[in-house]
Amino acid sequence: MDLTTSYLGMTLRSPLVPSASPLSAELDGIRRMEDAGAAAVVLYSLFEEQLVRDRRELYHHLTAGTESFAEALTYFPEPSEFHLGPEGYLEHVRKAKEAVAIPVIASLNGTSVGGWTSYARQMQDAGADAIELNVYTIPTDPNETAAQVEQAYVDILHAVKSAVTIPVALKLGPFFSNMASMARRLDEAGADALVLFNRFYQPDIDLETLEVRPHVLLSTPQAMRLPLTWIGILHGRIRADMAATSGVHEAEDVLKLLMVGANVTMVCSALLQRGIDHLRTIERRLCEWMETHDYRSVRQMQGSMSQRNVADASAFERAHYVSSLHSYRPA
Amino acid sequence: MPSVSMTSVGRTIATIDGNEAVASVAHRVNEVIAIYPITPSSPMGEWADQWTADKRRNVWGTVPSVVELQSEGGAAGAVHGALQSGALTTTFTASQGLLLMIPNMYKIAGELTPTVFHVAARSLAAQGLSIFGDHSDVMAARATGFAMLCSSSVQEAMDFAAIAHAATLETRLPFLHFFDGFRTSHEVAKIEVLSDDDLRALIDEGLILEHRGRALSPDHPVLRGTAQNPDVYFQARETVNPYYAACPEITQKIMDAFAARVGRAYRLFEYHGAADADRVVVLMGSAAEAAHETVDALLARGEKVGLLRVRLFRPFDVRRFVEALPASTRTLAILDRTKEPGSAGEPLYLDCVNAIHEGLTNGWGGLTTAPRIVGGRYGLASKEVTPAMLKGLFDHLRVERPQNHFTLGINDDVSHTSLAYDPEFSIEPDRVIRSVFYGLGSDGTVGANKNSIKIIGEDTGNYAQGYFVYDSKKAGAVTVSHLRFGPDPIRSSYLITRANFVGCHQWGFLERYDMLSSLVPGGTFLLNSAYGPDDVWARLPRTVQEQLVAKHAKLYVIDAYQVARTSGMGGRINTVMQVCFFAISGVLPKDDAIAAIKQSITKTYGNKGDEVVRMNFEAVDRTLAQLFEVRVPERADGTIAMPPPVPPEAPRFVQEVTAPMIAGRGDELPVSALPADGTYPTGTAKWEKRNIAAEIPVWDPDVCIECGKCAMVCPHSVIRIKVYEPERLAGAPPTFKSCDARDREWQGLKYTIQVAPEDCTGCGICVDVCPAKNKSQTRLKAINMTPQPPLREPERDNWNFFLTIPELSRQRVKIGTIRQQQVQEPLFEFSSACAGCGETPYIKLATQLFGDRMIVANATGCSSIYGGNLPTTPWTQNADGRGPAWSNSLFEDNAEFGFGFRLSIDYQRAFASELLRGLAGRIGDDLAHAILTAEQKDEADIFEQRDRVAALKEKLGAIDSVEARRLLGVADMLVKKSVWIIGGDGWGYDIGFGGLDHVLASGRDVNVLLLDTEVYSNTGGQMSKATPRGAVAKFAAGGKEAPKKDLGMIAMSYGTVYVARVAMGAKDEHTLKSFLEAEAYPGASLIIAYSHCIAHGINMTTAMQNQKAAVDAGQWLLYRYHPDRAARGENPLQLDSPAPKIPVERFMYLENRFKMLTKSQPEDAKRLLQAAQDDVDARWKLYEHLAAKREG
Repeated sequence: MDLTTSYLGMTLRSPLVPSASPLSAELDGIRRMEDAGAAAVVLYSLFEEQLVRDRRELYHHLTAGTESFAEALTYFPEPSEFHLGPEGYLEHVRKAKEAVAIPVIASLNGTSVGGWTSYARQMQDAGADAIELNVYTIPTDPNETAAQVEQAYVDILHAVKSAVTIPVALKLGPFFSNMASMARRLDEAGADALVLFNRFYQPDIDLETLEVRPHVLLSTPQAMRLPLTWIGILHGRIRADMAATSGVHEAEDVLKLLMVGANVTMVCSALLQRGIDHLRTIERRLCEWMETHDYRSVRQMQGSMSQRNVADASAFERAHYVSSLHSYRPA
Repeated sequence: MPSVSMTSVGRTIATIDGNEAVASVAHRVNEVIAIYPITPSSPMGEWADQWTADKRRNVWGTVPSVVELQSEGGAAGAVHGALQSGALTTTFTASQGLLLMIPNMYKIAGELTPTVFHVAARSLAAQGLSIFGDHSDVMAARATGFAMLCSSSVQEAMDFAAIAHAATLETRLPFLHFFDGFRTSHEVAKIEVLSDDDLRALIDEGLILEHRGRALSPDHPVLRGTAQNPDVYFQARETVNPYYAACPEITQKIMDAFAARVGRAYRLFEYHGAADADRVVVLMGSAAEAAHETVDALLARGEKVGLLRVRLFRPFDVRRFVEALPASTRTLAILDRTKEPGSAGEPLYLDCVNAIHEGLTNGWGGLTTAPRIVGGRYGLASKEVTPAMLKGLFDHLRVERPQNHFTLGINDDVSHTSLAYDPEFSIEPDRVIRSVFYGLGSDGTVGANKNSIKIIGEDTGNYAQGYFVYDSKKAGAVTVSHLRFGPDPIRSSYLITRANFVGCHQWGFLERYDMLSSLVPGGTFLLNSAYGPDDVWARLPRTVQEQLVAKHAKLYVIDAYQVARTSGMGGRINTVMQVCFFAISGVLPKDDAIAAIKQSITKTYGNKGDEVVRMNFEAVDRTLAQLFEVRVPERADGTIAMPPPVPPEAPRFVQEVTAPMIAGRGDELPVSALPADGTYPTGTAKWEKRNIAAEIPVWDPDVCIECGKCAMVCPHSVIRIKVYEPERLAGAPPTFKSCDARDREWQGLKYTIQVAPEDCTGCGICVDVCPAKNKSQTRLKAINMTPQPPLREPERDNWNFFLTIPELSRQRVKIGTIRQQQVQEPLFEFSSACAGCGETPYIKLATQLFGDRMIVANATGCSSIYGGNLPTTPWTQNADGRGPAWSNSLFEDNAEFGFGFRLSIDYQRAFASELLRGLAGRIGDDLAHAILTAEQKDEADIFEQRDRVAALKEKLGAIDSVEARRLLGVADMLVKKSVWIIGGDGWGYDIGFGGLDHVLASGRDVNVLLLDTEVYSNTGGQMSKATPRGAVAKFAAGGKEAPKKDLGMIAMSYGTVYVARVAMGAKDEHTLKSFLEAEAYPGASLIIAYSHCIAHGINMTTAMQNQKAAVDAGQWLLYRYHPDRAARGENPLQLDSPAPKIPVERFMYLENRFKMLTKSQPEDAKRLLQAAQDDVDARWKLYEHLAAKREG
């Protein structure tokens, strides 16, 4: 069975790629992913915001209370050197590259243009095979227009593309007025792949404490409908590769996403819930399904059910939504 | 390094303080350094530890081993051992620390062992403790046999550190190298740093080999440390004489060699002045610098005066001393910076008297007749020694019979020892620019000034000096920086009293301090003001206006907070004010100054990330546009008056003694104003209204659930609760708030939570713990932080009214639950602890519960400073005049000190009972029986017993017998007294552990409250054995490798000690229960209380959450071990915290003390984190097992 696929200019042994998660924070986790058949690995994200916050925090705590009281002019020893940049992350990239043979994709969440470019360059220097830009912002300023928000994505991509030579993927959310237009703009700006979609932070409320809780929800299989829709629509309309992420839990999900046109399918929540070895199960069932249904290769099915290739193109659009509503009857 | 220039011979020029100067040499010429923190010497140990952590090598290429011991006694023992086994070894200490080393010092000297002890000389605790500088400590060590070498400036401190190390090896005498605490140890000055080559050239390596050859070794075994009999001890003691005889010559030879190489020449006794001087002053230490200046000024006026500076005090070379004196000397004044009560004179004076006598007898020196010799004391505890005082002395020496045993610089109206002087006399030269800056510790003023001094010292040809006066308050600490710079070396070892430039970095100071009295006519006043150039004048207090007008001063304003905030710097205005200073003073061309400041910012903050540098750069760039000169009108027209330091209703002592201290005029108090035995009234903190909070909590009765938690956690006792009859509300101010008391037992009563607006520090910890939320706006709680200034007056009225409402009778309060217990009046209020302090809520709780019968032994440390540092004390009294009696003995002996209280009280109580039994017939059997059999187990019992004892005393008054009078003297002891021994972990885990262990084992009824901050907090966060594994602390820069000592387990091992481990922020009811059980238990009790601390690197507002996280992670177990349970056949150990719920990482990385290791040594951090988790797991298993065990 030929499971190979291409993504970011690389030929991967299968379309199964673990996406950025805490599972890749330890080398052991990355090794186990490779053993379980991962075709590549996206490392957990380097957050520029976190680095900045850590630096400010350190500065605050090293200066707070100092030079006030005669007996305690300081409260901490001050080493001559601090590792306050991305050194730890870059070292992780280096070690991951040494530890596994599969491609290692570094993930970056920046907050400043300088941060995006300099960290991307350092990731490339550390040996990353590609970079996934995790553009994780929630625009809340009522004075910021949609055009400005969109332009920011394009600017970041431009900046990073001009700073590195390795392929660059862009992970983004679905919340654009016209996702298709946004995808086209990013495609034109040189994105080597779009990773669809980021799962944005959605807080919860604790009724007992009346506090907003930063509760991270793991994806459910239903979440794959959104990438399925948009990959299906975008397939064949943009040059960039597409990675499907969100809601990939079983082989069936992988199959569906490949059929609408995904180059790779990214797994996260399922591995967090069931363990890294679940990758083997997905791959085994993927093969079984393909054998049962007489498919020879992944490439054969990729895009076979995209909007362009299905019999009823409107099934991806609103007209079909209306009919689906009509057919809905409560149990 | 760009800002450190090199001299022609490879030495660097640096602007550093005395401690760093000494440590720099000590670390480079030693192999083993044994340390223990004590002010003002701690930074020497910290530097050494940091350099070793940075793998900095000594001049022979190895990294010295730096180890912290459990006490100075321990450090001295380790030094002795390391020396005996051949290592070059040193230590740093001061004050009582040096005293603890004395036993070993006799041994080290007796065995002719080369070493140097570097001492930042400091006062000794006598009638009171003082951290400041004088020679009391070193003089107490003068009989040990150590050579004693005194340096008097930062440069000399570095030079003499090197000379002492060279001399000790050659003379074989151990050296005590000392310099004045703070004045030299903390003065920042531009000096030439000795190079490694200098040190190698100075120290003969052959002598090091000889030292090693004498070491104990099984390869050439010897016996040292024998016990000797009367037959030989005396002779053996005399064997060392030749070494002492040779020491001065050798030391001078080394000084000469030093001069030949380095260019700075020193003499053992150094004379400066007229060759034909008739009046000569002898002294040593930093005051010699001021005396040098004064002599120069008087010489210029044609006076025949001189100064003899003593450098090598021991061995005292009599011949050299008299030979250094001019033959013309007619009057000699010897100044001692120490006091030896009851002596014939202070040590240096006595030595000089003897030297003159011996000199004349032997015909040494030029003197042919004995001069008049007088001795005097000066400068105790860093009391200023100024040219004005010294001139006063020189003037006085003209009289026929000058006063002997005089004092200088104070007004002694009791024994009339003090010499008069003209305080207006000044010799500050015009060529020296002098600036004084008033700031808050938190605004970064001192840091900025240290930076400015470095810039001026290292980027210009100027000499520079910085000296910083700090507050003894930890919250809202005020700092005063004194900066001098000029083209000539600066010898002015005293504060600036004639300033060209005064910077006021806090608007609030205008109403509190007289900052302008030191400003010279035509000088400049820079004010950080929210008011702009057009509005500021009208807002200035009248006295400030008057001084500005009278002095034709230049006035500049800047809204520094605005600039700092917009630059992302928050409340740190350091950079902004520094830029203003350079822009106005013109000490450097503006562009050069800006460039130098930016360079300095990069150097200082570069290792903390680009953002920090960028923020500071932004502040630099924004400042100049916001700096305005204000035209000073021709006359003052303001209406704002400076308020008095304490209100007029304060008691007389507070008015007359405390108030001048508060106002910064304590130097003016005469001897007669001060208690002779160190006894001060309690209840004085309430008179000092500091108004340091920008925001204060405001109560919302509509939301409040009356849980009492806000009052419980308030570190400064500013949140009070009262429950009272409704009629008490009559006459309440219009904004006074109350609601119905919710508690069923208090039905019909009113309930008020009131904040003391002028005493609050604004920490906000009360708001953080408040569990009640406003149902319409959940960001609001039942208590909310609100800007203080508009509330100050109305809330002051409310507070004063609140105070008039009587306390609820203690019998009506069920103390087992916080909601009721917290209405108890705290007898510990408004301390000077840090805002958000984690220790004080526990102390306050103890005073609420037991304060009216509490006697407290308090170990030296944070709690003794915020509890007993003048001018005021937070320990206070209730309306009946009862309250905690408090004392601090020492650091190391606190358990024994408190144990002494118990012994004394028990003895007196037993004596009283005995007398009462004997007098029962005359007193009345019923009353006597009732008193003798009273259990006094709760408030009601104690109340009744007090009544009974009052009745007894009344009856005793009517009985004319010796026994009755004796009983009257001890009758109060028949009411139960609660003995509390309070201290921190540095005391309980380290220096005082032996005593604590002994007292706990004694089984006597004492209550030990161990405030565990897991570091030596008061001296700046040094590691103790309570420091948890993986925490970064001073002396554990690479993260502490060893786990925390389990003190509770050690105490439990006796089986007779009540032990509780508590964390108020995790389980406040458990804390309350533990305090009640501990006090009720008739044997020894130990409460180990988790106390968050500024030294943890945490947000102090949410610090109670850290306590909870520590418990949730299993890092801090809550338990109670009650011996009575064992007696009942139950397991005495009750584990009160559940199994760990979160990984220890979640707790640890909330705190900079753990987190910063991930930034400095990430691999070690990972390893230690795992070890810390293993500790948690193992501890939990062990305690779970112990708590599950069935007894019997």
